[in-house]
Amino acid sequence: MSTTVRFTPLNPARWVIWSGFALVLIALPLAFHQGFALTLMCQIGTIMIFSLSFNMLLGQAGMLSFGHAVYSGLGAYIAVHVLNMIDKGTLMFPVTLLPLVGGLAGAFFGVLFGYVTTKKSGTPFAMITLGIGELVGAMALMFPDFFGGEGGVSTNRVAGKALLGLITYGPQIQVYYLVAAWLFICTAAMYAYTQTPLGRIANAVRDNPERAEFIGYETQRVRYLVLIISGFFAGVSGALGAINFEIVSSENVSAIRSGTVLLFTFIGGVGFFFGPMIGAVLFGLFIVVLATITKAWLLYLGLFFVLMVMYCPGGIAGLIMMQMPLLRARRFKEMLPSYALGVAAAAVLLLALSAAAEMLYYHALEASASGPTMVLFGMNVNVASFTPWLVLLAIAGAGFALLGLARRKVTECWNRVMGEIMAGGLQ
Amino acid sequence: MSAAALELADVRKAFGKTAIIRGVSLAIPPGERHAIIGPNGAGKSTLFNLVSGRFGLSSGSIRLKGEDVTGLKPFEINRKGLSRSFQITNIFHNLTVFENIRCAVLWPLGYKYSFWHALNGLRDARERADEILELIGLKGRRQVKAGLLTYAEQRALEIGITIAGGAEVILLDEPTAGMSRSESDHAVELIRKVTAGKTLVMVEHDMSVVFGLADRISVLVYGEIIATDTPQNIRANRAVQEAYLGTSVSHGHGDEGDGDA
Repeated sequence: MSTTVRFTPLNPARWVIWSGFALVLIALPLAFHQGFALTLMCQIGTIMIFSLSFNMLLGQAGMLSFGHAVYSGLGAYIAVHVLNMIDKGTLMFPVTLLPLVGGLAGAFFGVLFGYVTTKKSGTPFAMITLGIGELVGAMALMFPDFFGGEGGVSTNRVAGKALLGLITYGPQIQVYYLVAAWLFICTAAMYAYTQTPLGRIANAVRDNPERAEFIGYETQRVRYLVLIISGFFAGVSGALGAINFEIVSSENVSAIRSGTVLLFTFIGGVGFFFGPMIGAVLFGLFIVVLATITKAWLLYLGLFFVLMVMYCPGGIAGLIMMQMPLLRARRFKEMLPSYALGVAAAAVLLLALSAAAEMLYYHALEASASGPTMVLFGMNVNVASFTPWLVLLAIAGAGFALLGLARRKVTECWNRVMGEIMAGGLQ
Repeated sequence: MSAAALELADVRKAFGKTAIIRGVSLAIPPGERHAIIGPNGAGKSTLFNLVSGRFGLSSGSIRLKGEDVTGLKPFEINRKGLSRSFQITNIFHNLTVFENIRCAVLWPLGYKYSFWHALNGLRDARERADEILELIGLKGRRQVKAGLLTYAEQRALEIGITIAGGAEVILLDEPTAGMSRSESDHAVELIRKVTAGKTLVMVEHDMSVVFGLADRISVLVYGEIIATDTPQNIRANRAVQEAYLGTSVSHGHGDEGDGDA
């Protein structure tokens, strides 16, 4: 043991990051203690585990799955049934460890379905996962005894003995700390996994499956193992979701859920370990916050996703990591004016686009009932007249012009600063 | 008599009705450096693909150190001690040079599919990978992404990945393809160094490389070996001259890729 420890350099930056992460998790409820915020943070935490487990497949092993909700969803179903048994008193088991049950269930279904899906890679793999996802989705409605039919299976998380005689998981704050603890453990475990032989060989299989076969690795076995491990963490997130919402329905195993995790993992960035965590936060903002503000939120989400895929395939994490050489050379502030111009241009465009979208939605859905005048950004706007549309067109035009200018400025400044950094590095 | 390191017995391969390899028999003793030459389309790369398990045989058998490996998968053949390189560079582009080599030593060191070892704690894997980096002259490029290396460096890495696992039988598919004269001289030195004490089988177009390295040469023409002999005897062989060398030796340098299916 001593030899291995001696050769593992103690990485201070890593300690700072992990203890910072733990501190943020502990401190967040002090800043956001309203019930709504707590529920939202619980949801984001479970989605973080889910999207990190998804990225074990997509980003780290090159496996595009369209059916990852199968593992989180079935994990959630098993967990909810176990929770109901605890509630009835037929089973003695601490609720605190229920996510472990969900995880083992997720891993079990990984063993079962993964045996089929991981026989193939690439597009055939994606197709089979889609098929398995549909299969499980259909089964959820065919077997109401287990899946609870349309209404799902509801439960009561205040079950069994209270932890230390105090923690019943009745108050939302206790659920928050349960999610936070599991999030920290799972994140650490999934990060540790990336630094193991299997984690690295998964990267090798992603880059070049053929060559991996010629250095002694059976790529099918690698994919299978990765899927089982990923299924475990998906199951953990499913169980946490079941505890948080106290209900599990067919929506939990649906293709929509699978698509959502794909969407937000990609937006967060698949190329870096922490990318999916950013995606999960954005998920909270979009699905929970934006959806309560506007009916057009799906439209915004779709637009955002398309723009990210087209202009920023590395996701938000990729954008952040691009700034690292600048930060390291302490020259990031030189980019700020051009970035500020870009943000301003995007804000103007967003204003025009969102106003147009809201007016369209109003015109299509509500104008016939409530008349042509709506309240938009505190102003009365008549959606039936030409004037507001012309104004929007003008604003959009200005936004596009500004964006073009910002793009030139950013490119120019980027090339200059990066060029100087590179030249400095060579001396 | 001790078993040959690699023995092919009447190996045949057809794609549909087209016979590419038409009965190749060849025994390569341990420690020999053996070159396979032949005109474009003769089936040299196909033969490598058969031996390394990339393609299945139509008929015949292949024995590795006396053990029948016919029909085994690439990873099974690799685990039995045969490693190959590729004519078109086949590396892990998004991993660093060091990670490329370390991946190649993990299986032979017994770490298999482990997710309970921390890579950075595996001293033997790191030391072995660093030895290989030193050997192939890429120590200074340790932390560079493999996809960003120059062509010659990628070729060196390709050889590094091939030999890293410590296989006793090494197959190199056109290791100097696309290299300049000085680069290929350098590559010959590297090959000599890294295959010391091992059995080497190589496909090569560059005649100066072949005659400089090989103990014996086999000439493959239209899927059949027309001669296997020492370099001097091959040079003097009339059938070989007619079939192949007459055109190519005067140019000295094969200038195009092998067009095998």
